[in-house]
Amino acid sequence: MRALIIRQLLAIAVTVILGGLLCAIFVRVAPGFDVDIQQLDSRLSAQTLEALRAKRQSSRNIFAFYGQYIRNAVHGDFGKSLVSDHSVRGLIAERLPATVRVAGGGLALAWLAAFSLAMWVMVLRSRAADIFAMSAASLFLALPAAVIGLACVVADAPPLLAIAAIVSARLFPYIRGVLTRTGNMPHVLAARARGTGELRILFLHVLPVAAQPLLAIIGISVAIALGADLPVEALCGIPGIGQLAWQAALGRDLPVIVTLTVLVTIITVTLNSACDVAAEAVRGQHA
Amino acid sequence: MTSLQKFAALILTGIALATVLSVAMLRTNYATQFRNIPNAEPSRQHWLGADDLGRDRFARLAYGTAVSLSLAPIAAFISVILAACIGGVAGYLGGTWERIITAAVELVLCMPWLFLLIAVRAMLPLNISPLLSVIVTFSLLGSLGWAASARVVCASVSSLRNSEFILRARASGTPNWRLLLVHLLPNLKPVLGAQFLISVPVFILTEANLGILGLGVSEPLPSWGSLLTELESMHGFGSAPWKLVPLVLLVLVVISFQLIISSDEVSA
Amino acid sequence: MKRTALAVLVCLFALPFGLLAQTRNELRFYLHSEPRTFDPLLVTDESSDTIAYLTTGRLVHVNRATQALEPELATAWKVSRDGRVIMFKLRDRVFYSDGSRFDAQDVAATIKRMMDPNTHSPFADIFGAGTLTAKVVSPLEVKIISSVPVANFDRIFDQIAIVSSRSPLKERAALGPFFIADYKPGSFVYLKRNPNYWKKDDAGRQLPYLDGIRLEIQSNRDIEALHFLRGEIDLINSLDSEHYDQIAQRAPGSVHDAGPSLDSEQMWFNQVANAPIPPYKRTWFRSTNFRRAIAFAINKQDLARVAFGSYAQPAVGPISPANKFWFNRNLPPAKYDVAAALKLLRQDRFRLEGGTLRDADGNSVEFSIITNAGNKYRERMATMIQQDLSKLGIKVNVVTLDFPSLIERITEKFNYEAALLGNINVGLDPNEQMNMWLSSGESHQWNPREKSPETAWEAEIDRLMKAQSISTNPVHCKKYFDRVQEIVVQQEPFIYLVNRDALSAVSPSVIGAHPVVLRPETFWNIEHLRLSANAREK
Repeated sequence: MRALIIRQLLAIAVTVILGGLLCAIFVRVAPGFDVDIQQLDSRLSAQTLEALRAKRQSSRNIFAFYGQYIRNAVHGDFGKSLVSDHSVRGLIAERLPATVRVAGGGLALAWLAAFSLAMWVMVLRSRAADIFAMSAASLFLALPAAVIGLACVVADAPPLLAIAAIVSARLFPYIRGVLTRTGNMPHVLAARARGTGELRILFLHVLPVAAQPLLAIIGISVAIALGADLPVEALCGIPGIGQLAWQAALGRDLPVIVTLTVLVTIITVTLNSACDVAAEAVRGQHA
Repeated sequence: MTSLQKFAALILTGIALATVLSVAMLRTNYATQFRNIPNAEPSRQHWLGADDLGRDRFARLAYGTAVSLSLAPIAAFISVILAACIGGVAGYLGGTWERIITAAVELVLCMPWLFLLIAVRAMLPLNISPLLSVIVTFSLLGSLGWAASARVVCASVSSLRNSEFILRARASGTPNWRLLLVHLLPNLKPVLGAQFLISVPVFILTEANLGILGLGVSEPLPSWGSLLTELESMHGFGSAPWKLVPLVLLVLVVISFQLIISSDEVSA
Repeated sequence: MKRTALAVLVCLFALPFGLLAQTRNELRFYLHSEPRTFDPLLVTDESSDTIAYLTTGRLVHVNRATQALEPELATAWKVSRDGRVIMFKLRDRVFYSDGSRFDAQDVAATIKRMMDPNTHSPFADIFGAGTLTAKVVSPLEVKIISSVPVANFDRIFDQIAIVSSRSPLKERAALGPFFIADYKPGSFVYLKRNPNYWKKDDAGRQLPYLDGIRLEIQSNRDIEALHFLRGEIDLINSLDSEHYDQIAQRAPGSVHDAGPSLDSEQMWFNQVANAPIPPYKRTWFRSTNFRRAIAFAINKQDLARVAFGSYAQPAVGPISPANKFWFNRNLPPAKYDVAAALKLLRQDRFRLEGGTLRDADGNSVEFSIITNAGNKYRERMATMIQQDLSKLGIKVNVVTLDFPSLIERITEKFNYEAALLGNINVGLDPNEQMNMWLSSGESHQWNPREKSPETAWEAEIDRLMKAQSISTNPVHCKKYFDRVQEIVVQQEPFIYLVNRDALSAVSPSVIGAHPVVLRPETFWNIEHLRLSANAREK
């Protein structure tokens, strides 16, 4: 187990470093990196415009930039935003609480909702319940994230409900599928034939077996939540990480985008690795 | 097929047929601007009214449905195939290979793929036809959208890898390719089917969001994405509920897809 | 005992409501983007400009309603005949928000810092090749000397905010009606009433009337309109036409249309000599007949009516009629004439074959127009132009790009054919657009940074712009710039499409607001604005 944990930690470190580098390359290669929106201001002289261009000089050689970035990051310095000149660390620290509230709260609610709905369908074993649940999930799947977010604004509802709706719509079909397949396994059929109650079947026979594939999706659900968080925050004006990422993307703000990508990679990869370790521990226990 | 599956398939077929017929029989071109009637209400000449440039909404809906209904499933198919290959191989091989491929998948999941799309869009000629631009957009979405599905496939294959029937098949000397194609793949159908169904509306909606960044469909070609961007202005739906028709159609299509698959599982 | 306890409980319960009933004397509205800087000498974006307007003081002030120049921190001034020297007499007993005193030293230090090449202040760029130096004559007198004559020398100081040279708060020490009290990035900026503000009203009461201004950051215009209708914000400074109608339906007294704004929307063709476009297309774009034909074939009346819901007017030239002094009233009205367009094209040996326009070498006329994605008005205009030009047999491809990609194409790589963008004109003086009109200018968008003028008409524009920039006679300046406008309309390097109306919304609770065309449209007289008793009680 210790060897597994060390391997996972090394894998996380390599993935994060590679992820940051890939992201930096994407941003550097994307058109519009070398420009600033202020270049359209007809009042600015050639010298001022040259100074604006020079601001991005240090980021042009992407490998040199990234090497320096990693060296500074180890000391907690993630550089300065190319757009606002504020420290990246300060920007993220200020906005993180809003995102934790919206995306984190939404994600937790999504899991609760999707899981509860899937269990309800499983226990009832009713076609009508299944159709109702699938229709509800389909409805939220079919709505653009921006529309769900704006609907929350119009209804004066907390934006985390938008994240919960978006994520649960994607979680529910998968959770339902896993529980249904597990519910059709021989040992479950045997338990049912013996007259075991549905709730007992669910908690003692279905959930333990379904745990591994369900754990596998935790990391993805975090990625989905963070992905949904961006349009919801950007469109609803929530001053969180999603809005920062959107503004950084529009401004080709390399230090901010790389730092946010590294952060998202750390969270996603760590969660997935933790799930893998947990799954391994569960397998070990059963063995 | 159960009666519910048949009903869902009937709806999908009906929508597809209606789209083809509408496109073939339309009197009005989707691009023609009737500038004296912008934002007009439904009438005999314009069944769903006119949009902000006076273009017939029904014509745009018919063409947009054709574009999105034909291209989004293709993109979803591409992504599911890629997910099946990559995730399947990772889950089947297990061990170090599974870890490496899974790490690569996670890397792709965390990337700001938006920049890759922007870079590709910038490399396209400016005078590319709208149809070609939308094909390129959906193909890219499919090529980049496999990561989430791959992880799910990998987990499923991983759990199937040590199941009895696989062990028996392996013990009887079945080659790997046959194990994958004949024994594992059929058992992955429900997972792949679920991923396909989830991906179709995701790609339609992603195309709508990309439109805001200039990566969507070029004017004047409509798609569900461009039609759905009207929803971002939340006001006015009380007085113009016909603007919700593309959304209703999209929901109908998605639910129909879901019903087909869900009926399969419930009847088992 | 019981009765006393009950009374105390009631009071405790009622207290918060009582407090709420008396607290709100703060104005609330939205900034549409994160302010880039609080340093008024580096302001280039709208949000930073708003904060600078509300917190800083200037030597003179352009009255946004009358467009007349008024004393502000300076009580009097005199410009020399040659337009190179301006002498300001400063107002006495003026203090910053932190209590430090304002005097000539601050003015001199501000000018020095502004002109420092390392500061890269856009306000220094207004003076072009000239430099300014400031001399303190006395604590309340300062002389500012330019190395070259400057037209409208005094009016320029309406834009230059004076910063303290001695306060430890630096630019945060405010001379304006408010000072920055709190700032949360991405969320809000809170401005508090400057207790040391020098202005008083006619009754001798110190201004401003408001206790504070809460500026939340919200880029979504739909949400802004919604919150305005709910009463959560008090004004919307620049409203678009759709939301104007939406708000007008539900709160008719709140919306204001001040007529054409100073802003314009235009398209232009890429005329850069070494642009990576096919040579035959470059030949088209550099032909005056071709550009004029395109201009005649675009129905600008329709653009104003359909794209902007009639809250715009067809543009006549580079200057909006809202710019009362500089607008050339002798320019012909916008023309829509497809037959005249075809006639012009035939002069350049274009011909219509089977519904397709071809040039003399048989190339079918097809080009792309790029514009910024997400701006629905520009997307609409580009699509309408696409249809208009199809009547000439021209195929137009509309390509929407995100802003950085677009800017790179039009300023660095020049890999585009035609572009559609807008001009936001903050000031009235055409000298602010020098970089656009001079052929060597960075913003000479159809062909920037020319080593020497490539056409006779560009050479003429260069001559006229330089002449008007150094003339101290307003009649001569007007004559020169009128001629520039005539040349632009004849040559169509920019095909001006529309001037949008200046639309705004102000809650009836706000007393004293008189929306105008010049920015900031609704709160230009912020120190005189106050909230009604109803608003205070919300």
